[in-house]
Amino acid sequence: MKHLFLPVASVLVCLVLLVPVTAKNAEDIRCKCICPPYKDIEGQIYKQNVSLKDCNCLHVVEPMPVDGKDVEAYCLLCECKYEERSSGTIKFTIIMYLSILGLLLLYMVYLTLLEPMLKRRLFGHSQLIQSDDDVPVGDQQPFANAHNVLSRSHSRPNMLNKVEHAQQRWRKQVQEQRKSVFDRHVVLS
Amino acid sequence: MEAGEAGGSSSSMVTEDMNGSGLMDFLDEPFPDVAKYEDFHTIDWLREKSRDTDRHRKITSKSKESLWELIKSLLDAWSGWVVMLLIGLLSGSLAGVIDLAVDWMTDLKEGVCLTAFWYSHEQCCWTSNQTTFADRDKCPEWRKWAELMTGSATGGGAYLLNYFLYTLWALFFSFLAVSLVRVFAPYACGSGIPEIKTILSGFIIRGYLGKWTLLIKTVTLVLAVSSGLSLGKEGPLVHVACCCGNLFCSLFSKYSKNEGKRREVLSAAAAAGVSVAFGAPIGGVLFSLEEVSYYFPLKTLWRSFFAALVAAFTLRAINPFGNSRLVLFYVEYHTPWYMAELVPFILLGVFGGLWGAFFIRANIAWCRRRKTTLLGKYPVIEVLVVTGVTALLAYPNPYTRRSTSQLISELFNDCGALESSQLCDYITSNSTSRALDDIPDRPAGPGVYSALWQLTLALVFKILITIFTFGMKIPSGLFIPSMAVGAIAGRIVGIAVEQMAYHHHDWIIFRSWCRPGADCVTPGLYAMVGAAACLGGVTRMTVSLVVIMFELTGGLEYIVPLMAAAVTSKWVADAFGKEGIYESHIQLNGYPYLDIRDEFTHRTLAADVMRPRRSDPPLGLLTQDSTSVEEVEALIKDTDFNGFPVVVSRESERLIGFVQRRDLTLAIKSARQKQDGVVSSSVVYFTEDAPILAPSNPQPLKLRRILNLSPFTVTDHTPMETVVDIFRKLGLRQCLVTRSGRLLGIITKKDVLRHMAQMMNQDPESIMFN
Repeated sequence: MKHLFLPVASVLVCLVLLVPVTAKNAEDIRCKCICPPYKDIEGQIYKQNVSLKDCNCLHVVEPMPVDGKDVEAYCLLCECKYEERSSGTIKFTIIMYLSILGLLLLYMVYLTLLEPMLKRRLFGHSQLIQSDDDVPVGDQQPFANAHNVLSRSHSRPNMLNKVEHAQQRWRKQVQEQRKSVFDRHVVLS
Repeated sequence: MEAGEAGGSSSSMVTEDMNGSGLMDFLDEPFPDVAKYEDFHTIDWLREKSRDTDRHRKITSKSKESLWELIKSLLDAWSGWVVMLLIGLLSGSLAGVIDLAVDWMTDLKEGVCLTAFWYSHEQCCWTSNQTTFADRDKCPEWRKWAELMTGSATGGGAYLLNYFLYTLWALFFSFLAVSLVRVFAPYACGSGIPEIKTILSGFIIRGYLGKWTLLIKTVTLVLAVSSGLSLGKEGPLVHVACCCGNLFCSLFSKYSKNEGKRREVLSAAAAAGVSVAFGAPIGGVLFSLEEVSYYFPLKTLWRSFFAALVAAFTLRAINPFGNSRLVLFYVEYHTPWYMAELVPFILLGVFGGLWGAFFIRANIAWCRRRKTTLLGKYPVIEVLVVTGVTALLAYPNPYTRRSTSQLISELFNDCGALESSQLCDYITSNSTSRALDDIPDRPAGPGVYSALWQLTLALVFKILITIFTFGMKIPSGLFIPSMAVGAIAGRIVGIAVEQMAYHHHDWIIFRSWCRPGADCVTPGLYAMVGAAACLGGVTRMTVSLVVIMFELTGGLEYIVPLMAAAVTSKWVADAFGKEGIYESHIQLNGYPYLDIRDEFTHRTLAADVMRPRRSDPPLGLLTQDSTSVEEVEALIKDTDFNGFPVVVSRESERLIGFVQRRDLTLAIKSARQKQDGVVSSSVVYFTEDAPILAPSNPQPLKLRRILNLSPFTVTDHTPMETVVDIFRKLGLRQCLVTRSGRLLGIITKKDVLRHMAQMMNQDPESIMFN
């Protein structure tokens, strides 16, 4: 039962996503009729907020440009479709996606650029050099100092230390994955 | 099943120590218990199955004791359904998020909505009151970038500026995608289906279905698809759904501690993934059954269907496309097809098969080059170059400029009277006013001919660029590009047949079924059949392909053309190579995947394949009561075998059982730490009673509980056909070879795979994992 946190959080996220669906904006349902040119009348688009059973040419096309016996022929040409959408869901989804993307980008910038600079200032050059036994290929590998920090962990079991320890463990895992995928090409070609 | 019980009780002994509490305990390092497997190893299916039966028996026997125990047993039985429900909910929501975000970001490359920036082009024009009939797909609220920046919408300068900004956005998106994959979750690249197939057959890849992989795959999939690259999102959606499945497995110890049961959940999750990708729940279940899963018990069938339905329903509730349909290119046809049209359908099948075979060969050659040469050292630059080339070549052609899903949707659609695209620029006679879906065949106008030229160029472009795109270090799927290639080819053939039927309706082939003035030929149907043929040629799917295609169209009347094309393309493609794209990638990476469909027909015997061979050192054995702890440790250190057989004595070599390396290491380590009197010269014994020793000897160490007393054995004259069958059907990792009861050697799964590769004249050294 320890690993409840993340699954429960994800279920809450999907429930929150479904909530805006139920609150419908008045603008979000409509019947749209497209009528092509007929005789000397030019093409027109008609939109109205009616229900599904009223979504046909007779209810939506107002004012009717032809009269009497031409109405049936005109309405045969028109194409009427019932459309609905949820503008709240779209807004919420896009904004949530952009914020998650933004957070990830900030974290990535912090990990690749800021943290090595900070560590270098705090602990000096010597620590970073003895980080990895493998020669990093290309540019500087992120998480290169994960081994160091793990071995230097203190015994005080407070919250911050636990988070730092878990983060270092995660970094070591990612570095192993990166080695298998990008360097040795063992998994995922 | 004594060994099973021994294994079960020892693991329960260890897991009872793990009862922590508190929310932050997930931050602690997991306790390495006996039951866990090492990374890149195969699981022992029989052991997992017997542990699950033990657990079930324990729960059933305890449920008779009290009401609380009865409730717990009911909850245990229902936990499977709860997991399916949660998987369906999360997969559906993630697919909805992905669809909405892709829709918006694809349009972001060309322009932005001024009233509300989060609307895509279509959504922006939804509420606009200024759309006219002539420009019914445009509205003034949505502006292209050139118009926003310079104020002019037309002209060469605006075109070039739009072109430049389109390429810039595409490069930006793909750079973000590959950087995020590289920094946070390297396992999130690629399609995912070959690795999931291997995982479901019993392989362990730790972290492949983890939480970070799930997050990064979802986020970067949107970026990769929006950047205009020739890739799809169906394969990665299967990976995302399996990650959700893995996530929810951790809620219940029934699934989190048993790797075999976990794979049942993952099979169902894969079905949910395909179901939300295509809006095809039944097709998803069949895809999971046919392509992805290894062992698919009937119980999983019903649960997979439930998960797929919940996922499809959740996606529909989020309603990403605004019309209560699940997929962008859902069409509903009711026009009939004619028997004579089977000829072009079969021709499309042949095209699909040829393209499939060509694509697989070319893509595998390119991926092999990426694996072995300098190309693989610069993944970021590779992604940027491919995106740049794609954007530069795709923008001028209006059919490749838009997203591939929209292209397929337009190709599948029949030309009604109100379609304004160039593809529907037919010459209509204004004399009669007919109903919308009964428009007769008409001669093609100039717009159609120019559209045909552009489509041909788009076809060549897509065929070539997908070879370089699939397999890059970003999430990439293959379904949509294959369907696009097939749809373009199909539409071209359909228009050709339609025009031939119109202009030459007095030829013998058309006379019987096509009267002038009737609606005989539907080019959109040809596009669908072409898409099915190409998809079948590449993936070699059979039933699941036909079901997905007819769930996409909603028309049961098109089953026969779809089947004809799918069968033809599979036959043609199989003539060039037996494996589909996913099996080829499995072979390229050397995963230990024993394909169920391969037939082994050579007449070799078990004695030809077993180890040790003549030149190898002798087998690493343990005796039942005469090996010391020191000797065992030396054996573990000097060799890297995964397990050791235990015999009565070195003289008689009669087999007692088999013990795993990991269990042995852990047991000796814990015995040295916890038990008093165990030293290097202590004797290790596997019998029930301790051996009779002089009292001066140190205390012996009993390790019977880690011994598997029922290892699988075959005699040396067993044909390899039978051995391969046993490995496949039972999911074995190793099998011992005996002669007259005496142990002769061992056959592992790696040996079987290498032998099969050798028999098929492939490189046996490419099998990397055990």
